[in-house]
Amino acid sequence: MDIIFKNVSYTYQPKLPTASVGLRDINLTIHDGTYTAIIGQTGSGKSTLVRHLNALLKPTQGQVMIGNQLITANTKEKDLHNVRQQVGMVFQFAEKQLFESTVGRDIAVGPLNFGISIDEAMHRAHEMLSLVELPDTLFDKSPFELSGGQMRRVAIAGVLAMKPRVLVLDEPTAGLDPQAHHEMMALFERLHRQQHLTIVLVSHHMADVIKYAEQVVVMEHQQVLRTGTPQQIFANPQWLQQHHLVPPLTTQVAQLLMHHYFKFDPLPLTIDELARQVASQLQKGDDEH
Amino acid sequence: MMNINQLIFGRYLPGNSFVHRMDPRAKLLLSFYFVLVVFIANDWCGYLFLALVTLFCIKLSRIKIKVFINGLKPLFVLILITILMQLFFTSGGHIYWQWGIFTLTSNGIISSVLITVRFILIIFMSTLLTLTTTPMAIADAMTALLRPLARFHLPVDEIGLMLSIALRMVPTLADEATQVMAAQRARGIDFNHGNLFKRGKALISLLIPMFVDSFNQATNLATAMEARGYQSGKPRTHYHQLHWQKTDTMALIVMLLIIPVLVFLRK
Repeated sequence: MDIIFKNVSYTYQPKLPTASVGLRDINLTIHDGTYTAIIGQTGSGKSTLVRHLNALLKPTQGQVMIGNQLITANTKEKDLHNVRQQVGMVFQFAEKQLFESTVGRDIAVGPLNFGISIDEAMHRAHEMLSLVELPDTLFDKSPFELSGGQMRRVAIAGVLAMKPRVLVLDEPTAGLDPQAHHEMMALFERLHRQQHLTIVLVSHHMADVIKYAEQVVVMEHQQVLRTGTPQQIFANPQWLQQHHLVPPLTTQVAQLLMHHYFKFDPLPLTIDELARQVASQLQKGDDEH
Repeated sequence: MMNINQLIFGRYLPGNSFVHRMDPRAKLLLSFYFVLVVFIANDWCGYLFLALVTLFCIKLSRIKIKVFINGLKPLFVLILITILMQLFFTSGGHIYWQWGIFTLTSNGIISSVLITVRFILIIFMSTLLTLTTTPMAIADAMTALLRPLARFHLPVDEIGLMLSIALRMVPTLADEATQVMAAQRARGIDFNHGNLFKRGKALISLLIPMFVDSFNQATNLATAMEARGYQSGKPRTHYHQLHWQKTDTMALIVMLLIIPVLVFLRK
């Protein structure tokens, strides 16, 4: 299920003096089964863009194609039900969306709203609870008795329970400890590889972007500045700094090493790559002596 | 749900006009005063005069009159109901038309027009107050004006603190509500359609997270305040000082002159 943006613009409160531009003339394609990362400074329009992916916002101008569904400013809310089921959204601090009396019921909310029978929904809830690596003993507990990290997992289980084709993650690990962060990112990667889920990730975490994404979209001033592979986007540290993006740590280390007779081409993005290049150059040095 | 975005009342539009620079205490007093004065006027001349005063004040604020008129749109139904009530349920004067309990009389027409004008004038003036004054300044002004009541053991400082925290949290909670609503809509919960029961259930999915969030925020804020040395009931100094200027006194005097003019026009 491809998602295609054609000349999409969005204005907040268009009829008021407080009107502000959310998106300017976005053209973007997210292919089925890919892993796309959206990066950019705070206020560059990432969250606004992401809310168009399942029509929580409808474009003020232009059109969005989500699978077979065309979405313009005039699309009616009732035509979007199908889209909502196919595109799951995990928001920042997703634990704030919990409201049901038990963990199980909360996970089942999504499936029930999309017409799944109650037995099937409860079955899925059990399944999802184990998918996000929570013990089944939590099933009948109140979600408000859980720890912050557990609540986040329940919320994510609630989104996965709808069995979406596309998963949109708006800083899904904000405020989690490094361990939980790592586990959660690994879970999404597993879903991407095993179930060919299309993933769209909004993140400030460049290491994650490099590690997982196949396509990177850089946003600035409510526009798409550039799209490319992580290698293309992160190859030029000067360009990154010009646009107020922090180059990944590996690139920074590589640059420091370049002052000490090391040569890197291309600049290494991952730690493994950096280690490999450094090792091979050290070996070459040894051979020459 | 969508209409909330069109509501201009309660918003603040930054600017640097005469009205923006006025002392918030003066503006608050004048707004209350104006509402009272609007009820004194009871004929055409009086209302024409008050409309001119309102237009003059709006002109002074350098905000386009269109903003105020757009702000009326969400209140259209309320105004319409008021007009219809006045039109069909006022007795006296010449009767033009009658059907059951509904009567259309000359008095009815006149009073419905007057009531509408009164309604609009009050909305315009209070909108002017909120458009030109930050919520914080309004809270400060209220606390300052309540100060004399401290004699009668009214906890003025606590009320002021609650007011300013409440005002400070309004946009934060509004953002939270938008986000929670978006998350629930993404889970297939429909806030705008369906029968009363369905909508009530949808609302629960918004209200419970909002209450839980408010409790959490309150706990965190109280802890942070105590950590920074806040103790209730102790005397405090104020960072924001209000400065009453000559122009504020002059504005008050000019506005006080409205009553004699109205009385003069009235006879």
